Amino acid sequence: MSEIATPVQPQRAQRYGLRNYLQMYAVAARQAVIEQLQYPAANMMFMVHILIEPVIYLVVWSSVANSQGGAIGGYTAAEFAGYYIIWTLVRQFNLAIGPQGFHWRIKEGRLAAELLRPVHPLLPDLGYYLGYKIPQTIYWLPMGILLWLLFKPEINPVAWQIAAFPVVLMLAFFVRFFFMWLLGLVCFWTERVDALFELYFAAELLFSGRLVPLEVMPVWAQNVANFLPFQWTFYFPIEVLLGRLDLPEFWPGVLAQLAWIAGGYTLVRLIWKLAVKRFTAVGS
Amino acid sequence: MSTNSIVVKDLRKTYKVPEREAGLKAAIKSLVARKTKDVHAVDGISFQIEPGEIVGFLGPNGAGKTTTLKMLSGLLYPTSGELSVAGHVPQKREREFLQQITLVMGQRSQLNWDIPAIDSYDLYRAIYGIPQEQFTQARDEMIEVMQLKELVKKPVRNLSLGERMKAEMVGALLHQPGVLFLDEPTIGLDVTMQRRIRAFIQEYNQRYKATVLLTSHYMADVQALCKRVIVIHHGKLLFDGDLTALVERFSAQKTLVLTMSDMNGRTPDMAKYGTVVTQEPNRVVLRVNKSDAPQVTARLLADLPVTDLTVDDPPIEEVIESVFDAPETSE
Repeated sequence: MSEIATPVQPQRAQRYGLRNYLQMYAVAARQAVIEQLQYPAANMMFMVHILIEPVIYLVVWSSVANSQGGAIGGYTAAEFAGYYIIWTLVRQFNLAIGPQGFHWRIKEGRLAAELLRPVHPLLPDLGYYLGYKIPQTIYWLPMGILLWLLFKPEINPVAWQIAAFPVVLMLAFFVRFFFMWLLGLVCFWTERVDALFELYFAAELLFSGRLVPLEVMPVWAQNVANFLPFQWTFYFPIEVLLGRLDLPEFWPGVLAQLAWIAGGYTLVRLIWKLAVKRFTAVGS
Repeated sequence: MSTNSIVVKDLRKTYKVPEREAGLKAAIKSLVARKTKDVHAVDGISFQIEPGEIVGFLGPNGAGKTTTLKMLSGLLYPTSGELSVAGHVPQKREREFLQQITLVMGQRSQLNWDIPAIDSYDLYRAIYGIPQEQFTQARDEMIEVMQLKELVKKPVRNLSLGERMKAEMVGALLHQPGVLFLDEPTIGLDVTMQRRIRAFIQEYNQRYKATVLLTSHYMADVQALCKRVIVIHHGKLLFDGDLTALVERFSAQKTLVLTMSDMNGRTPDMAKYGTVVTQEPNRVVLRVNKSDAPQVTARLLADLPVTDLTVDDPPIEEVIESVFDAPETSE
């Protein structure tokens, strides 16, 4: 460094404003794109892995619908096809850091490094996972088209539903992002949380519309689902693009998504403080 | 970087760790009555480091070095005591404080493994809000000094340990912190890489007047960089002062290296002068008590055809080892 004549002196005590935050999200998103585009083969395999689940549901429920006289829970076989094909896109969008990722982060000392940076670790994560959607959508497209051609789905959205879909899709991501983060924070207290995670994912599977559209579930399950965040991350955005929701059903859904985002965010903030307190008390 | 000083007063960190005896009976017992014991990782240490100083922080494994560095960087909350780093209380983890420090842990990676380091640096710029001009200049200079020009364009996972460590160092210093906590920054690196990292630390310290607290098991790091060392053991401070004073105080012996003219095949009995470390026909290395060194030297010169004689302190590694063996007395 001595060869260089005039060092630029570091500028301190600058206000870290909205522009900085937006720049940080953009850079983190860009990193995710760079990272994901490096592994096309691995990502295609991951996509195939993700598609196995909905394709099984699709085949099973289409058969059940056909055997029940053409429909079950108001869904025809073609509507089931539409439901699960949209499911695959929604699944790509609501992917967020899982608890295992959080555990790895703590174990590898990555979290300690992140705690030494002057922004909350959640924020670069948010940018990263937003950027992650771009390559994943690119990888999804050929699979989505293939499924479409194979299963000939029936979806009937009108213009506003098509326009609203990207919005509710993003809101679905935010709901899931905050709750995944919340779940990850458990790792600050104990490393042996697999049972809890399994329970959480089982609940998500049942009450989110991931396994089956909620209308097909018993009434008690639908009632339980109303008190949980899960349906707003799968079922609701799928229903919007399927064209099955009217405006009077749509707006309460958006409000519910916003409420769960606010709730998730508040809980993350509260528990984060306790988690950091614990981390700084016992170390990594 | 006006006040990059570090002040530590009676710092303590006590962990509660579960305690259980071996066997099934103890395992069942622990279900109802869990026993814990207090482990004093850091036990009342005090020191002060002036802005711009490079201080070696030494101690055997488990001495409390990393715990202290973690407390100084705000990663751990002290059980008691006072801390001030660059005018801030570390555990408050204020933005202004975090902008002024860095903690590099030799065995931990901060860079994203799947992308080139240069892309990770961009994220650091955004996170620290470093102005573009300042960032570009600092980054390019550091890349040049570390000879990383081509390497920063490769995904980090494709770099060797030494290359990765150099890339980590650059990343850790891009925001140009005034206080550096370096925990084994050269661990596992070959001699050339160690030397380069050392030169980089020295250059950074001189250029930015940064304060550096460095732990290393490689005494070459300490000798090259640190005039002053702080030695801790079992969480207690054993020594704080100049490296030369440490050698003077803890080295009980001197090393005498003799070269003699032709002895006509005769092999003198060197054991009567001191402990023989090595003996060749014309060259002998002896270890003698420090207090005996003048008399032994005089006797050797009188008895043998000595053509050259040097009196040295033992290697620093041996001195440090004797420090750790010394009784626990803080100063």
